[in-house]
Amino acid sequence: MENGKSLSKPAVSEFEKKLIERIKSSEVSLRIMHVCGTHERTIAKYGLRTVLPQNIEVISGPGCPVCVTPEEDINIAIALAKSGATVVTFGDMMRVPGSAESLLDAKSEGADLRMVYSIDDAVALAEKKPELEVVFFGIGFETTVPANAAALLKDTPENFSLFVSQKQTPPAINLLASDTNVDAFIAPGHVATIIGTKPFEPLAEKGFPVVVSGFEAGDVLLGINLLQMQIEKGISRVDNGYPRVVKPEGNTIALKMMNEVFESSGSEWRGIGNIEDSGLVLRKEFEEKDAVKKYEDLYSAPLAEIREKAEKKDKKRCICAAILTGKAKPSQCPNFRKECTPKNPSGPCMVSQEGMCYNWFKYSREGGARLA
Amino acid sequence: MKTKTISLEHGAGGEVMQALIGDIILKNFQNKSAGSIGLDSLDDGSTVRLEDLNSSSELVLTTDSHVITPAFFPDTNIGRLAVSGTVNDLTVMGAKPLALTCAVIVPEGFPIHEFEEIIKTMDQTAAEVGVPIITGDTKTVEKTALDSIILNTAGLGVTDSPVRDSGLKPGDKILVTGTIGDHGISLMAHREGFDFDTDLVSDSAPLWKLIEPILKLRTPEGEHVITAMKDPTRGGLANALNEMAAKSGAGILIEESLIPYKPAVNTACEMLGLDPLEVANEGKAIIGIKAGFEEEVLSILKKHPYGKDAALIGEVTAENKGEVILRNRFGGMRYVDVPSGDPIPRVC
Repeated sequence: MENGKSLSKPAVSEFEKKLIERIKSSEVSLRIMHVCGTHERTIAKYGLRTVLPQNIEVISGPGCPVCVTPEEDINIAIALAKSGATVVTFGDMMRVPGSAESLLDAKSEGADLRMVYSIDDAVALAEKKPELEVVFFGIGFETTVPANAAALLKDTPENFSLFVSQKQTPPAINLLASDTNVDAFIAPGHVATIIGTKPFEPLAEKGFPVVVSGFEAGDVLLGINLLQMQIEKGISRVDNGYPRVVKPEGNTIALKMMNEVFESSGSEWRGIGNIEDSGLVLRKEFEEKDAVKKYEDLYSAPLAEIREKAEKKDKKRCICAAILTGKAKPSQCPNFRKECTPKNPSGPCMVSQEGMCYNWFKYSREGGARLA
Repeated sequence: MKTKTISLEHGAGGEVMQALIGDIILKNFQNKSAGSIGLDSLDDGSTVRLEDLNSSSELVLTTDSHVITPAFFPDTNIGRLAVSGTVNDLTVMGAKPLALTCAVIVPEGFPIHEFEEIIKTMDQTAAEVGVPIITGDTKTVEKTALDSIILNTAGLGVTDSPVRDSGLKPGDKILVTGTIGDHGISLMAHREGFDFDTDLVSDSAPLWKLIEPILKLRTPEGEHVITAMKDPTRGGLANALNEMAAKSGAGILIEESLIPYKPAVNTACEMLGLDPLEVANEGKAIIGIKAGFEEEVLSILKKHPYGKDAALIGEVTAENKGEVILRNRFGGMRYVDVPSGDPIPRVC
């Protein structure tokens, strides 16, 4: 290897540099919201905010699944575990504070809470240990729902059930579009892989340019440039900037399975409130797999205790809600990088690798690395 | 030896232990004396003869314990790691290694042929830099107490001018002596059965002979060309650079496109969501040097097999004190954070 040349870097820097030049050549001021935690990670990790001109601002919307899960759902998961169930979920969820405590706190007090990588691990646990009542705490967007649907469409053991806390993205974006000072949207590439590009069309019909983007630095830069082009032409439509993965109709097999098992309902989002049709519930045929219904009589007492404990707790001045809706930056939170760190998070945005505060803490600090 | 595995008697101080020491340890260590009393004497200690000392000479003492699962990995074993780790700690202090110790804790049931292989590897690794292993200790424990072998090596070195990890000054250049992340990724691939690249092996190596020639370099004003050194082991480049920046009270800017990686390391990190900057190395050094001497230092390093991929990766800045910033291939900048934990547990 010659000094100064990497052994393996693909020759893509020219592509990215050209996109940055094109973005800079447009004078249109643009405030763009993305709604995916992985986009925030790409933007922070590649320092994209440090190469974008000042007239382009990219803000993060409610795209981190762990972050938008409401405190009450965490309380219910803890109450289920305290009433004797074995509650299993993704690792990121364990440290997210509920209104009184996190799952990890409850685990250290003796509640049976475990981490898994997928719902299949949870089903396997239920099969292997028939003496346990296994509850899978299902969180996330359309990206994780099909796997849960697929698991329930197979025969699951009697001691397995699901606590559904899952969300659908388009209704939340539509709501934000009427509420926030945003000019255009980068739609989430992973979600669009499942649901396709059509569900984002109502946004474009309201006059917002939309682009579905992938997760490489070049994908996000291309998305920004496509949005600029729409603005310059005075149009608003849904551009597919991730055609190597996303089809307009989405993944029809996954959608069919989702539809067979779940139906839409209203759902509570942390920091936003209840959004019509943004949640999912199990259809009647799968009711017996609904942990909330199955253990209703058992968990109500521990849940009341958790709520009582929460009343007495000092509320930290976390501005999570404003951060999740793009109204504030992490650096505007009085706790950021002081009492709130990834080791000691005050709110969910600092816990998850997809959280805005976590990514700012790790890669951007006060908003982006700069040389004095 | 008649028995095939280690038993508790091998550490009990009696005849069985004496046989193990004689047949395995003494037989396989070639270079075991640094003075009038060496390892063969099996006395209560060994001596180190001090030569060519002057009024500014200082002894450097360091120690390191090594635990790794599995003890054998591509394409060496814990013995090479234990010798290299301690030699490198002395080396990045600017100290010539004079003598090493070797303390072993082995669980019962450990195969004796593997034990012998580890001892042989330690001998070969020490021979690369001409350092004797002059004293040691052997203990055995129940297999319920330990699942693999533990090696501790202490090292004694001497220097006229110790090199610190805190000596960086604004304007200094930052070099790395070769490709990063090889040890951590090869270990993980070996453990998990990923086949990223058959050529990817641990970089574990003793660096004294690589570094010795550049320690002598002086500027025309008589100042040391080397201003700081550190070996980026656990926590990788990210941890070592942050420590150097914080202790030196300066900033460090590194250029991502200049950092040497092996393709397999890059691929593995992309697939597994790891940051190669946070992955462990066992045969690399980060070197701070005065500006203007990059080419000279690099040409010396590149002559040695362990320095053939050496590269200039960045510079020290007056601003952003205590921070490390990475600039990527298209100019985007981000902070390089201190890793919160090792992404790949227990690799050294």
